[in-house]
Amino acid sequence: MTVSLKDLREELQYDKTKNCVQCGYCLPVCPTYATFGKETHSPRGRINLVKMVGEGKITDLSILEEPLNLCLGCRACETACPTGVEYGSILEAARAAIVKRKRFSFPARLLRKAMLNKVVPSKKWMNVTGHSIWLYKKSGLQKLARTSGIVEKVPYNLGTFESVIPTPVSPIERSQAPTEVKAKHKVKYTVAFFTGCIMDSMFHRINQLSIKLLSEAGCNVVVVPKQTCCGALQAHAGEMDEARHLAKQNILAFEQINADFIVNNAGGCGAQLYEYGHLLSNDKVWAERAANFSAKSRDISQILVACGGLPDMQPRHGERVTYQRSCHMTNVQKVTQEPLELLKSIPGIHFIEMNQADMCCGSAGIYNIVNYDASMQILDEKMKHTKATNAAVIITTNPGCLIQMKLGIEREELSHSMRALHLVEYLAEASGIS
Amino acid sequence: MKVVTNRHIEEIKAIVKTGRVLIDESDRFSYSFDGSFGTYLPDIVIQTKNVDELVSLVKLANRERIPIYPRGQATSLSGGPLPVKGGMVLDLSVMNDLLEIHEEDLIAIVSPGVLTAEIHRAAEQKGLMYPPDPSSSHVSTIGGNLAENSGGPRGLKYGVTKDSVIGLEIITPEGEIIKTGGKTVKNVTGYDLTKLIVGSEGTLGIITKAVLRLIPKPQATGTIMAIFDSLVDAGSAISKILSSGIFPSKMELMDQASLVAVEKFEPLGLPTDAAALILIELDGHPLSLREEMEQAAALCRTVGAREVRIPKDKAEEAELWKARKLVSPAIVRIKPTKISEDATVPRSKIPEMCERLLKIRDKYGIHLVVFGHAGDGNLHPNIICDKTDQEEMLRVEQAVAEIFTAAVELGGTLSGEHGIGTMKAPFMEMELGVVGLDMMKRIKKVWDPNNIMNPGKIFPEPGQKLELS
Ligand SMILES: Cc1cc2nc3c(=O)[nH]c(=O)nc-3n(C[C@H](O)[C@H](O)[C@H](O)COP(=O)(O)OP(=O)(O)OC[C@H]3O[C@@H](n4cnc5c(N)ncnc54)[C@H](O)[C@@H]3O)c2cc1C
Ligand code: SF4
Ligand code: SF4
Repeated sequence: MTVSLKDLREELQYDKTKNCVQCGYCLPVCPTYATFGKETHSPRGRINLVKMVGEGKITDLSILEEPLNLCLGCRACETACPTGVEYGSILEAARAAIVKRKRFSFPARLLRKAMLNKVVPSKKWMNVTGHSIWLYKKSGLQKLARTSGIVEKVPYNLGTFESVIPTPVSPIERSQAPTEVKAKHKVKYTVAFFTGCIMDSMFHRINQLSIKLLSEAGCNVVVVPKQTCCGALQAHAGEMDEARHLAKQNILAFEQINADFIVNNAGGCGAQLYEYGHLLSNDKVWAERAANFSAKSRDISQILVACGGLPDMQPRHGERVTYQRSCHMTNVQKVTQEPLELLKSIPGIHFIEMNQADMCCGSAGIYNIVNYDASMQILDEKMKHTKATNAAVIITTNPGCLIQMKLGIEREELSHSMRALHLVEYLAEASGIS
Repeated sequence: MKVVTNRHIEEIKAIVKTGRVLIDESDRFSYSFDGSFGTYLPDIVIQTKNVDELVSLVKLANRERIPIYPRGQATSLSGGPLPVKGGMVLDLSVMNDLLEIHEEDLIAIVSPGVLTAEIHRAAEQKGLMYPPDPSSSHVSTIGGNLAENSGGPRGLKYGVTKDSVIGLEIITPEGEIIKTGGKTVKNVTGYDLTKLIVGSEGTLGIITKAVLRLIPKPQATGTIMAIFDSLVDAGSAISKILSSGIFPSKMELMDQASLVAVEKFEPLGLPTDAAALILIELDGHPLSLREEMEQAAALCRTVGAREVRIPKDKAEEAELWKARKLVSPAIVRIKPTKISEDATVPRSKIPEMCERLLKIRDKYGIHLVVFGHAGDGNLHPNIICDKTDQEEMLRVEQAVAEIFTAAVELGGTLSGEHGIGTMKAPFMEMELGVVGLDMMKRIKKVWDPNNIMNPGKIFPEPGQKLELS
């Protein structure tokens, strides 16, 4: 494929790399730089590689592949950057450019398409049963990794994940899940609930608890039909067309009801919903609708706080609790205070912030599957700080982080003294909701 | 043409048993830049914390005439670690294991890859202070600080890096280990090689260990903000306060352009109609501090300050210093390229330098922002431009040359803290004179007969000019 340097610059969003003054302020916050210990795996290094392509100094894009593949996309670098470099956009564009040039073998192409375009976004597929679809998905990705060669490390460790997957809800129970729940007390807001694909299939129970908590706090909750996957995994894999397609489907679905807010309970999905406006900003027909959608999108913690918190929580008698932030909630949605506020509103809780709380746990979408070894190294770093808190409970706000932290607990053989929970689960426990 | 051949690579791999040898293109490109201008591809990058391995690498390089480029975290603003002649980059940021605080001796012993902020933290935990505080301290390594002789706002009262280092261990360019200075504050044995190495920008050897001086942490600090309608008046206020017997720990200047930029970036309620403001920090015993605060405030008023504010609590004080910190990021939102100069003049010449800077700004029609550690004469004239605009960059080149000339003419210097590197080499002779520069070259020749240690820095190549376009 031959393209002019001018076109390549546009494709790579080269102009955005010019804002990087190479000050290195992003180095101390980057988990891959901390873990792998070379500039090649730092934000500044990655931006420079894209810059070099834009300046014609690197002509073979495959040089960028490994450095970009090993980026978690946690975007902590964006938060640290004093000059406001839009790292997320640069990463997305570069990954898309690489995917476009990549000649996947035929079966790999088919599988990749099937996974990202068909299985994850499809209600039917994701609904079969949480557990088996999870394994199917995992083994599918395993095959993908093996045949395509896009990933450096081939994961042979899927068994490890199995042990930390929650017990699935039966299809019958799932089909009986309510689509509308009224506020328990005085109505404060009407909210549309975003179920998500992985949340819905694997963490169905957390979704149900979320709806109950929202109702408890004073929300009329509607589960909008025809909603689909948020598209985050596709966007991060460089499949931008598919990501846009899913975004449009969701916008259409949620336009059907006039809710005050669109509420989600998964940091990664939430960030994607929050960015629909940006994703479709160049689309004349959809730009405004996408911006409206994003403006209404909220994390569940924000809504619970806006409702004035939860009534009647039982005291925890000095239980030691720490919080592993979801990167995308912190660095993209910038929701950092609300989860803490909710936790601290639980009577008798002993909250301990871990060191380097903002560092990614290594879950990062499907990073922990396709880059298993790298992800475990990052997790091991995280667990050092987690262990040091001596906490009995680690709270997370994203399904990926939840699984990863459960895995971390297993790896450290701490399951007798430590558990990982979604914020919603813990709040429900404290509120006596099951 | 690479200077490092396959045969060399084999030998290097045989030497480096505990670290990593990087030769992939993605890695080499990642070590081709710093915080300044230009990219230069090294042939090979080596990471090892083992001093014996480093010694063997230097011996190999010296034998084979391979250029060596020591590197910390590459935040240099003068081109310090750039591998301008290819060869080997040694990533010394990995040498970050040693950080000892010896309370009773008031010293710290560190390895070169330790981040400066880590030293600050460790010292503070023992009620002590490591004074040099470059704004980049949370990213830059102490090795880089030593090599560049870095300073910061506190330099006004406590000096730059060289004032806080008393001993070093280095590998010479011929691959020998030597120790300079020691652990005693008083040490007059022979030539002061410690001071020679500090600020030598990696051209005389690789620093592998350092003994740093600590001081007791001041009991209290207080801040004053003085607002002026003229930049020159602000300059006068600075020199007046300094000659009055009060010794502030920091004295920072922001001109109107910086105030406007910060306010646009993050509204903090700064007076954007003022021509300049100074932030003054005093430290010491709480009682004397109170008195000095009043004195300094009164002085500012007599010199023509429009308003003098004393923050009512620590939170408000933090806001003010935040404004100062935001200047750097805020101004690059105007245009992407920032040429950050650190020309420094004697304190009494601060008002005159301010005037000269305004003239240069108007003469070349450039976007010039002045801020910085004004208290020690280390103004930071920053030119905000766009490096893709060739015509503009030519004007910037001329303006930069004239800023240096102005500083030197006023009895000042090219660099207060960022070092010479590649960026200021062409102007060395202007400040040092032919013989002065030649003495330095002779020292370099004796230390490094084969010119392998960070070649291409400090000393200009024949005909070398500042080139930004
Ligand atoms: C945003 C920003 C703000 C800054 N603020 C300040 C400031 O306030 N004050 C200030 O003085 N500087 C400042 N700087 C400049 C820079 O941070 C300093 O020069 C710093 O000391 C460089 O440290 P480093 O670890 O990044 O070294 P590098 O940039 O990697 O190297 C600097 C020089 O040191 C040499 N070197 C590195 N390690 C060793 C070693 N172990 N032995 C021998 N030579 C070695 C290199 O060869 C090179 O010549 C700033 C830079 C930025 C980007
Ligand atoms: S997104 Fe995260 S992992 Fe990637 S470069 Fe930024 S900080 Fe590092
Ligand atoms: S902090 Fe921002 S400007 Fe600085 S190196 Fe990182 S991305 Fe570039």
